[in-house]
Amino acid sequence: MTATPAIRMENITKSFGSVTANDGINLTVYNGEIHALLGENGAGKSTLMNMLSGIYRPDSGSVRVNGEPVNFASPRDSIKKGIGMIHQHFKLVDVMTAAENIILGRRGGFFTKEASLIKRIADISDRYGLDVNPRKKVYEMSVGEKQTLEIVKVLYRGARILIMDEPTAVLTPQEIDGLFRIIRNMKEQGCAVVIITHKLNEVMEISDRITVLRRGRSVDTIRTEDVEIPALIEMMVGRKVDMKIRREAPPVEGKELLRLDRVTVVDSDRKVALDGVSFTLNTSEILGVAGVAGSGQKELCETIAGLQSAEKGRIFFDGKNILGKSPREIIRLGIRMGFIPEDRLGMGLVASMDIVRNIILKEYQGQKGIVLKRGFGAEKARGIIERLDIQTPNLTTPVSKLSGGNIQKVLLGREIDSDPKALITAYPVRGLDIGASYRIYDLLNEQKSRGVGVIFIGEDLDVLLELCDRVLVLSGGKITGIVDARRASKEEIGFLMAGGTHMRGGGGS
Amino acid sequence: MIFPFMAIKRDDIPKKRAAVIRISSVLLSLLFAGVVLLFFDLNPFVVFGTIIEGSVGSAARIQQTIVKAVPLTVASLGVLVAFKMKFWNIGGEGQIVMGALAASFVALNFGDVPRPILLPLMAIAAVAGGGVWALIPAAFKAKMGTNEVIFTLMMNYIAIKFVTYLQYGPWRDPASKGFPKIPNFSDNGLLPSLFGIHIGWIFALILVVLVYLFINYTKKGYEIAVVGASIDTAKYAGINIPSVIMIAMFVSGGLCGLVGMIQASAIEKTLVYGISANYGFTAIITTWLARLNAVAVLFVCVAFAMLLQGAAFIQLAMNVPAAVAGVVQGVLLFFVLGSEFFLRYRIRFTGRGSLAAKARGARKNPSADGQRGGEVYETGKIDGESSADERTCGETSADGEEAR
Amino acid sequence: MSGFLAAAIVAATPLLFATLGEVIAEKSGSLNLGVEGMMLMGAVIGFTVAYGTGNPAAAMIAAFAAGGAGAFIFAIVTVSLQANQVVTGLTLTIFGSGFSSFVGDRMIGQSVPASVLKFFAPIDIPLIGDIPFVGSVLSGHDAFVYLGYVMVIVLSIYLYRTRAGLNMRAVGENTAAADASGVNITLYKYAHIIFGGGLCGLGGAYLSLVTVPIWQADVVTGRGWIAVALVIFASWNPIKAFFGAFLFGALSILGLRLQSMGIHISQYLVDLFPYAATIVIVIIGTHKNRKEDLPPGNLSEPYSRENR
Repeated sequence: MTATPAIRMENITKSFGSVTANDGINLTVYNGEIHALLGENGAGKSTLMNMLSGIYRPDSGSVRVNGEPVNFASPRDSIKKGIGMIHQHFKLVDVMTAAENIILGRRGGFFTKEASLIKRIADISDRYGLDVNPRKKVYEMSVGEKQTLEIVKVLYRGARILIMDEPTAVLTPQEIDGLFRIIRNMKEQGCAVVIITHKLNEVMEISDRITVLRRGRSVDTIRTEDVEIPALIEMMVGRKVDMKIRREAPPVEGKELLRLDRVTVVDSDRKVALDGVSFTLNTSEILGVAGVAGSGQKELCETIAGLQSAEKGRIFFDGKNILGKSPREIIRLGIRMGFIPEDRLGMGLVASMDIVRNIILKEYQGQKGIVLKRGFGAEKARGIIERLDIQTPNLTTPVSKLSGGNIQKVLLGREIDSDPKALITAYPVRGLDIGASYRIYDLLNEQKSRGVGVIFIGEDLDVLLELCDRVLVLSGGKITGIVDARRASKEEIGFLMAGGTHMRGGGGS
Repeated sequence: MIFPFMAIKRDDIPKKRAAVIRISSVLLSLLFAGVVLLFFDLNPFVVFGTIIEGSVGSAARIQQTIVKAVPLTVASLGVLVAFKMKFWNIGGEGQIVMGALAASFVALNFGDVPRPILLPLMAIAAVAGGGVWALIPAAFKAKMGTNEVIFTLMMNYIAIKFVTYLQYGPWRDPASKGFPKIPNFSDNGLLPSLFGIHIGWIFALILVVLVYLFINYTKKGYEIAVVGASIDTAKYAGINIPSVIMIAMFVSGGLCGLVGMIQASAIEKTLVYGISANYGFTAIITTWLARLNAVAVLFVCVAFAMLLQGAAFIQLAMNVPAAVAGVVQGVLLFFVLGSEFFLRYRIRFTGRGSLAAKARGARKNPSADGQRGGEVYETGKIDGESSADERTCGETSADGEEAR
Repeated sequence: MSGFLAAAIVAATPLLFATLGEVIAEKSGSLNLGVEGMMLMGAVIGFTVAYGTGNPAAAMIAAFAAGGAGAFIFAIVTVSLQANQVVTGLTLTIFGSGFSSFVGDRMIGQSVPASVLKFFAPIDIPLIGDIPFVGSVLSGHDAFVYLGYVMVIVLSIYLYRTRAGLNMRAVGENTAAADASGVNITLYKYAHIIFGGGLCGLGGAYLSLVTVPIWQADVVTGRGWIAVALVIFASWNPIKAFFGAFLFGALSILGLRLQSMGIHISQYLVDLFPYAATIVIVIIGTHKNRKEDLPPGNLSEPYSRENR
C-alpha cells in the first residue's frame, strides 16, 4: 500500500476543559480499505472521528485527505472533501421525509424538486443494494431503516470516505450481516471505510486493518489477519484481562418475586409499546432482556417502576398488584425496588446537584418535618463513595462533572443502599469502560447472591449470555422467547430479536 | 468561512475571574449606552451622574429608591420560586394587580376594623388573590402541560383590564366628580412607616431570608429544584409533580400579590389599574441576573431601583423622557446576559499560521509555507489563564457521546 | 357585514406581520419573545422616517430595518453568546419600548404626512371586489395589507418548497443534524431571526402609519404577545397564521361592533376578550397530535457544536 492514503491524521490532540480526549493520535486509512477503530469507551474514538467530520476542531496536529492538507471548520468543509460520517446517534430530522433528509444542506436549485430527486435516490440505492423509501417520514422508520437512510444520505453526497460510529450497536445479528454486505460493497467500489466499534468479533470479521486507541492515545495499527482477540483486548485495556464474566450459581432455589401478567402499554405516540407481556422474575437470579433498541425495553422498566401507565394487565410484587401505582405509592406499600434507568442524568439523577442531594432523592420523603436533613445524606454518601470506590473531588461536586463510570456508581450505589428486593437495570454498562463494566457486573452478582432478583436490559448479546441466568427477548413489544442463558446461542437470540418465535424450549416459565 | 477564534468550554471558573467578567460587562454596557446617548445629543456623563444624584443624592431620594426597591425585591422573590422550578412565570404583573384587588376589597369594605387586624387581613387577601391568579396557569400546566409563558402573560392583561373596568365602572368613587378613581382606603388600611419609609422594607428583608431558607433548606424547596432540573427525575423519585407545581406557583403568585397590597396600601392609598408599574416584568430580569439566589436578588433589586429612581429624576432635572431608563436598562441587560457566555467559555484565537504568528499573538496570519496544520494558540486577550484548576476524577471519561 | 370584515382585516394586519415574523424566527429554532419590542421599534422608526421624509417606501424600509436591528441584538446575545432566549426576548421588549418612548417623545400628537396617508389609502381591485364577503377581504385595502397577503404566500412557498426553507426548518427541528449535514447554522439563525424581526417592525409600522396615523406612546399595546400566541395557534404555518390573525382582528373590533348594535357592555371588558381568547388558543394548542403541528424540536435551545 504505497498509494496516497485517503486519510492521514498525524499527532492529533484535542482536549475538553481539563480532559484530554485525544493526545497525539496518528491514523492512516487507504482507499479500498475497511479500517476498524478500536478502543474502550472514553478512548477517544468518537472525538477523533468527529474531527475528521468537522464537528470538532483539533487543538493541534495535521489532517490530510488524499494527500491534501485540510483544516475543517465545519461539517460542510468535510463533506466537500468527500467525507461522510454516520453518527452513533443518527443525525436525522424526524418530521421530514427520507428525501428531504438526503438533500439537507446540499447546494442546488432554488426549489426542492422532488421528482428528479427521488429518481437519483433510487439510482444510488440500486447501485449499493440499499432499500429506502424516499417519501417515508423518519419518525415512522425503524432503527435499521434510519441507518440505511444515513448511508444513502452520505453516498448521495458523493462520499468516498465513510466513517461509521458504532453502527452495529442497535442492529439485530441479521441486520448486521446486511450492513457488512453494504460495507464490503463500498470497499469494492474503492471507498475507504472507518468503522468504530468495541465488538471484537465484528472487528475480526469485517476489517482489513485495526487501529487501537487507549486513553486518548494511539497504541498501534495492525493488520487484522496478524492478530488474535486476546491480544487486541490487551492493547485496548493495557493489561491482560480475563474476559470471562462471572456467573454466580444461585445460593438457593429462587422463589417468585415479580410477575407480569399480560401487560399491555400504549406509549405517548399511541403506538403499542408492550403487547401482552407475561413473565416471572425469581429471587436470586439475573434475568436478561435482549432486543433491538426500541422494542419495549424502556416501557417494560418504567411500567414496573410505576412511571408508565398500562392499558391492561397486572404486575405482582410479592403477591401484591402494583400496576397503576405511582412510585410514591409503591414505596409506601413497603416494596423495595431499585431502578437504574437508561437515562442516568436525565432520570435517575439530578445532573446539576451534588452527590448528597442525589443520594437523598428517594429517601428525603420519609423524613419528618419540613426541613431537609442534609447531614444524614452526607453520611450515607460518604459510605457509598467508600464502598463503591467513587472518584470525586468532594461531596459538593455536581454529579454531571463526574465520569460516566462514577455517575453510574452513584446511581447504583444509592439503589443498592436502599436494600432492594428487586433491581431493574437498563443498559447499566452503556458508555462505561471495561474495568467499570466488570465492577458493575460484580455488583449485580453480589446482589443476586443476596437473594435480589435482577432485571438486566442489555445490548451486548455476549454479555447477556455470560452474565444472566435467563434471557427474555423482546421484539416489537412482544416476548418472542425466554431462553436459558447457559444453553442458548447468539444466533437463536438474534432470530428471536428479529421477531421469530420460539424455536425450542429454553428455560421459559 | 473560518472564524479566527473558537470557544472552549470551561470546567470551572475562579470566583475572581467571574467577578472581573461581570464587572467588565457592566462597564462595557455603560460605555455602549453612553455612545447611544451621545447619538441623541445627551452627555452620558451628565446623564449617569444625574441618575446617581437622583437615586442617592439626598436622604429623601434614598428613601424614594428604597420605596422602589421594596416591591421589586418582593416580586423578584416570587418570580424566583417559579423560576427555580423552570416555570416561566411572566405573570407577575397580573398577580400584583390581583393581590392589590383582593387587599383593596378588604380595605374598602372593612375600613372600620382596627389597623392591627385590618392590615394582616389585607395581606392575607393579597397573598390569596395573587396566589389564586397564579394557580390558574399552574393548574393547566400541571394537568395538561399548557405553555405557561403566554398563559401567564395574558393573565396580566386580563387582570389589568378587569381592574380598569372596576375603576371606570362599579368601583368608581362617586365623590370624585367625573374623575375615574376608586375611593381611598381608610387610615386603618394604610401601612405605617419606620425611618420615614413604609414598613414594606422590613417585609422585604424578612422575605429574602425566608425565601432563601425555603429554597435551600426545606423538603418542598428541594422538590421544586428537582422538578426544575428534570421532570423525569422528579417522577422517578416519586415526587407529586402537579402538587409541587401548584404549591410553588401559589407561593410565587402570593408573593407578587403581597407586592400589590404594599403598593396599594403604602403608595397609592387605593387601587389603580396601573398599580403593578412594570415591577412584575422587571422582576423577571432582576431574578435572572441574581441567578435565582434570594440574597443576590436583594442587591440586584436595589441597583435596579436606583436606575428607576434616577430615571424619574432625570425627567425632572434634564427634561429627558424617563424612557431613557428603558434604553439604558435594555443595553445593560444585553451585555450582562451576553457576558454569561464568557463565564462558561474561554475564547481561543485559532490561527492557521506559523510559530511567528503565535509569538506575536496575532489573530490571523496566512502562513507563508502553505502549511495549514490547524495550530491553535491562545492569546491572553480575553482569558489568558488556561484551565489552572485542573481536576482529576479518577477514570476520566473523555469521549464525547460515550460518556453518557 | 362586509364593513366588519374589512375592519377586521385592518385590525388583523399588524398581527399578521408580527405572527409571520415570529413563525420565521421560531421555525429556525429561536423563540424571540421580543416581538412587542421589535414592533415598537418598527412603529417609531417608521413614523419618524415618514414624518421626516414623507416617503412611504422609505418609512417601510426603515421600519423593517428597525425591527431587524432589534432582532440582530437578540441574535448576537442568544445565538453567538448563547444566552437564555426567554430572558433575552423580554429584555428586547423592555429595550424596544424604552427606545420607542424615548425616540418618539418629541413627536407625540404629530400626524403622518399627507403623501404617506395617500399612499396607504385603500385600493380597490376591480371584479374581485364585487364578490360577496371574500371581496371585502381581498379588495379595498391599502398597499400594506396586500403586502401581507403576498408575504403569506411567499413564505409558505419558501418554507415548504425551497432548499433554503428546508434547511431552515431542519435547523429548528434538529440543529445537530442540520449542522452535520453541512447547513451553516449561525448564518441561518441570524438571517431568519433578523428577517422575522423585520416583519415584526413592519407590523408595528402599520399601527403607527395606517391604523392611527398620529404618534402616541405605546401603540402596540400587547399585540406582540398575541402574535406569539398566534404562532402556536397557527402550528407554525403561514397560511394558518393568516386565519389566526384575521380571527383576532375580528375579535378586537367586536366591542365597537356590539355597541353599534345597541348591546351595552363595558369597553374595558370587551378589551379583555382577545387576551382570554389567546389563553383558550394556547390551551387548545396543547392538544396537538400530529408531529408536524408540534413546535420545532430544538426551539429555544442554544446550540454549540462542541457541547457535549
